[in-house]
Amino acid sequence: MSQYGVILFFTTSSAIQSEKMLLKESFAVKLIPVPRELSSDCGIALRFDWDDMERVTLVLVEAKVETDSVHRLP
Amino acid sequence: MIYMDNAATSWPKPPEVLRAMTEVLERAGGNPGRSGHRLSIEAARVIYDVREEVAQFFHAADPLRVVFTANVTHALNTALLGFLDSGDHVVVSSMEHNAVMRPLRYLEQQGVFLSIVPCAPDGSISLQDVAEAMTVKTRLVVIVHASNVIGTILPVAEIAAIAHSAGALILVDAAQTAGAIPIDVQAMGIDLLAFTGHKALQGPPGIGGLVIGAGVDVARLHPLMRGGTGSQSELEVQPEYMPDKYESGTPNIVGIAGLGAGIRWLKHRGVDAIRDHEKMLTNALIDGLSVIPGVKLYGIGDSGRSMPVVSIAVSGKRVSEVGQRLDDEFDILCRVGLHCAPSAHKTIGTFPEGTVRFAPGALTTLDEVQQTIKAVERITRS
Repeated sequence: MSQYGVILFFTTSSAIQSEKMLLKESFAVKLIPVPRELSSDCGIALRFDWDDMERVTLVLVEAKVETDSVHRLP
Repeated sequence: MIYMDNAATSWPKPPEVLRAMTEVLERAGGNPGRSGHRLSIEAARVIYDVREEVAQFFHAADPLRVVFTANVTHALNTALLGFLDSGDHVVVSSMEHNAVMRPLRYLEQQGVFLSIVPCAPDGSISLQDVAEAMTVKTRLVVIVHASNVIGTILPVAEIAAIAHSAGALILVDAAQTAGAIPIDVQAMGIDLLAFTGHKALQGPPGIGGLVIGAGVDVARLHPLMRGGTGSQSELEVQPEYMPDKYESGTPNIVGIAGLGAGIRWLKHRGVDAIRDHEKMLTNALIDGLSVIPGVKLYGIGDSGRSMPVVSIAVSGKRVSEVGQRLDDEFDILCRVGLHCAPSAHKTIGTFPEGTVRFAPGALTTLDEVQQTIKAVERITRS
């Protein structure tokens, strides 16, 4: 398994919103095209360090950001 | 040239707005939310940042409930056609623009019931009349924040309270006020705020928006258009997620970037400082025009209770003649006629002739106002 996890969103706006919040909290995140093995969607997903998984998801839950799903990249 | 038509669109635009618009195409020219490469992501970031700017500017809680539209007409149509069903009752003022009246007259043919609360000739409204127009079937009150003909500001917060106590929502047409006077959608109780970017917000034409409050159940607000959103592409039904539900098709990123720069320019200058400047110009216009023999002034005559929009008639002269002479002989640009608001002109008693409308703006000077007064004075004498 890689060191990265990825969060999928229902809208691009939520992905951008999450990136902005997490960069402000100094997490190492990057917006990437949605990996095809995870979804047929044509939008963007947020990649993060899997070590930060719990803290990253906590930030988004507390900010009430709508997320679709969280995955560890193979 | 003296530009006195800021109620139609503000001009000139701050240089920062023009710069932001060219810069966004150079720096962030991708299709936001569609492709996932860096230019696409950067475009999406620009749009999200402006969404947040708009939400903060109007004190809206959730930036994802700021929906971008082509203009305020598009925003009003989204709210009216999306929210109202046959059998619903709507309360509306008699000072509305056709951007409200035409969709409502269409909906009336589809079985929506309309009550039009008559305003006084100075554009003011009686809160008691509004309260008495409410019925158990009233789902929406639609109100213009300030008249585009005479500038009179309506008491939106008080009308919102009346609407809510009757179980209805309120939709506010802020075409003339957004950017010119402070708007706090939460404190004022505004459920749906329709605005345009190209007037007091200093942005370009082609961009506006609808701010949707927490009290609006978006499941009951149908989108005007359906199509590609970049999200949930595997589905052939429109997504319900905000703001994608109402934003099908490639957005106007150039307009959005210009709107964002306009808002930042306003925040830097200060909405209150600009308001004070425009009140000073309005007072000068009212004082100067009201003493000219043969000039009749419409409106409330109080810059504190109106926007910088001053309408006049000149006795013995057609409004079109006055407008053309101001343009040809004095290089002064204003707007004459009915201003797309026949109901408002009927209310103030100027239908079907209309008025000559002067609308100074944030960048208008006192000298320009004084030259305008002198020009009107000369036109009345010859």
